[in-house]
Amino acid sequence: MKPDLFEAPDYYHLDDLLSEEHLLVRDAARQWVKRDVSPIIEEYAQKAAFPKQIIGGLAEIGAFGPYIPEAYGGAGLDQISYGLIMQEIERGDSGVRSTASVQSSLVMYPIFAYGTEEQRKKYLPKLATGEWMGCFGLTEPNHGSNPGGMETKYKDMGDHYLLNGAKLWISNSPFADIAVVWAKNEEGRIHGLIVERGMEGFSTPETHNKWSLRASATGELIFSDVKVPKENLLPNKSGLGAPLGCLDSARYGIAWGAIGAAMDCYDTALRYAKERMQFGKPIAAFQLQQKKLAEMITEITKAQLLAYRLGQLKNIGKATTAQISMAKRNNVEMAIKVAREARQILGGMGITGEYSIMRHMMNLESVITYEGTHDIHLLITGADITGHQAFK
Amino acid sequence: MKILVCISNVPDTTSKINFTEGDTKFDTNGVQFVINPNDEFGLTRAMWFKEKQGATVHVATVGGAQTEPTIRKALAIGADEAIRINAEPTDGFFVARQLAEVAKNGGYDLIIAGRESIDYNGGMVPGIIATLLDMNFVNTCVSLEIEGTDAKAVREIDGGNETIATSLPLVIGGQKGLVEESDLRIPNMRGIMMARKKALHVVEATDAPTMTADVKFEKPAAKGPVKLVDAGNIDELISLLHNEAKAI
Ligand SMILES: Cc1cc2nc3c(=O)[nH]c(=O)nc-3n(C[C@H](O)[C@H](O)[C@H](O)COP(=O)(O)OP(=O)(O)OC[C@H]3O[C@@H](n4cnc5c(N)ncnc54)[C@H](O)[C@@H]3O)c2cc1C
Repeated sequence: MKPDLFEAPDYYHLDDLLSEEHLLVRDAARQWVKRDVSPIIEEYAQKAAFPKQIIGGLAEIGAFGPYIPEAYGGAGLDQISYGLIMQEIERGDSGVRSTASVQSSLVMYPIFAYGTEEQRKKYLPKLATGEWMGCFGLTEPNHGSNPGGMETKYKDMGDHYLLNGAKLWISNSPFADIAVVWAKNEEGRIHGLIVERGMEGFSTPETHNKWSLRASATGELIFSDVKVPKENLLPNKSGLGAPLGCLDSARYGIAWGAIGAAMDCYDTALRYAKERMQFGKPIAAFQLQQKKLAEMITEITKAQLLAYRLGQLKNIGKATTAQISMAKRNNVEMAIKVAREARQILGGMGITGEYSIMRHMMNLESVITYEGTHDIHLLITGADITGHQAFK
Repeated sequence: MKILVCISNVPDTTSKINFTEGDTKFDTNGVQFVINPNDEFGLTRAMWFKEKQGATVHVATVGGAQTEPTIRKALAIGADEAIRINAEPTDGFFVARQLAEVAKNGGYDLIIAGRESIDYNGGMVPGIIATLLDMNFVNTCVSLEIEGTDAKAVREIDGGNETIATSLPLVIGGQKGLVEESDLRIPNMRGIMMARKKALHVVEATDAPTMTADVKFEKPAAKGPVKLVDAGNIDELISLLHNEAKAI
């Protein structure tokens, strides 16, 4: 793969709006991605393996629970810092960002927000250092966009719960030490349970042959009569709102992450267009290529402003689920379009692993599907503005 | 051992360079600033002295509030305290005078500055600091070891190296070689969190004359297109080199 020459576009001087700490956190993540992710990621994506050696580095740059308080091993940063870290990681690869999103927003966040003090103390510090990795089990073979219909269930056996069911499409599942699993109790109410690797009846087969997020491990969670200790139930929130609360946090991170992937594609295409000569000129001098590049930077800039404002709202606790949906949907679609156009600018070179664009393009097909599909987010906005839910 | 690392806040090497006000001022709009690379090699060596020999490391810069992210990064990398001299760095003498004042008051044993900053390439600051403080001075320093008050420094000279024995208090003009690029550190989250609580002192500037003023900046002329000369056509090549390139 070509050396990483990335220069981040900042057309509207968004950096001027960032604090000293934001810049420090962002630049550390940026430098780390250049040093430790870019040189190896293509190889891992090609061989469809998760690069486990970068877990320590992810923890060092604060990618695991940046907004979790310091007392539990987090960094106590604000939401904009979290977003910037996700942006930089996804600039490297959406699969690596997925691992960080899951650990932070889907594993650490529910334990922090819905867990007991004992659970927080037991799990969060080890998750923050990457000593333990987690995964999040909501989606099932028969229930994707409609998780409320889930079939995974548990029974109160007096001194423990008995868990049965299966989850599909679970990021990090093949190597995770713990899983935050959403299941229904006997009354049909959804609760979160922490299931640990090694519990009898719990297995995590890997899903193979993905054309997308190849550097991220995806798999199933299978529970057949798993005895879960009672102290592993997350007691402080139940109902579908509990997992959806985690998704709000992860989707917010994705809204920033997608900008990173788009920036990388744009920057690569811009550099290529200025260097590649055809008909005696750099292809950047042709109007058709300029149109593509000019539209890309316009869309990236709009997405940056959307994410930044959403970050401000999130910092003061005012970002709504519908606002987060809008940003996730807009920014991921933006990134996919940028990736597709950028790939064309590189001509034949665009399909090779020498450049990151095709990898980003394929990764983004997962990103536009998980954490609520593109359609579902549109319906969330639709319901929010009209008052009529159209997805049931 | 008490070390002062002097840090210059310079445009990132990939920045687009433009000038304003009739080509007398550098246009900072949209430019990202970083720790001057020569200073970063020095800072990283200072971290080594801190970790291996228990040194205390302070960093100082001359500049406005906009330079604080750069020195905060030095704190996140591991420096113990930072000092910002609140003034525009107008020329080499002015900057050296400010840093010398801070160094004198702080009682440092070792002052590490960069051989030159990569923006204006003045290369004067460490030498003037040493002169003002009457300290030993090694420029273009590519290796530094310290035992008690004895220092062994290696200086890069034309085509080779010169090893010098000297003693503290000492000023060095550092560069790559003090440590290698692969030794440079990315601040980790723990470092960033600790940097929040470290002292960043802002001190007012000492009176010092600005001895020079920028009259005009010019960018290098844009590169012309390449001319290819047929391998057999030596006469044309010589004529082009003589008449157009004026190289022979
Ligand atoms: C790589 C990858 C990693 C993942 N990681 C995780 C994870 O860690 N944890 C986890 O729990 N899940 C994870 N998922 C699952 C993901 O969240 C689901 O794939 C997603 O929610 C969509 O569900 P589905 O695939 O069952 O599609 P479906 O819900 O079957 O949707 C199929 C199509 O129908 C459309 N559709 C569905 N309902 C409606 C409606 N009411 N109106 C209009 N259109 C509709 C959808 O938009 C979509 O286009 C992951 C998925 C992938 C691909």
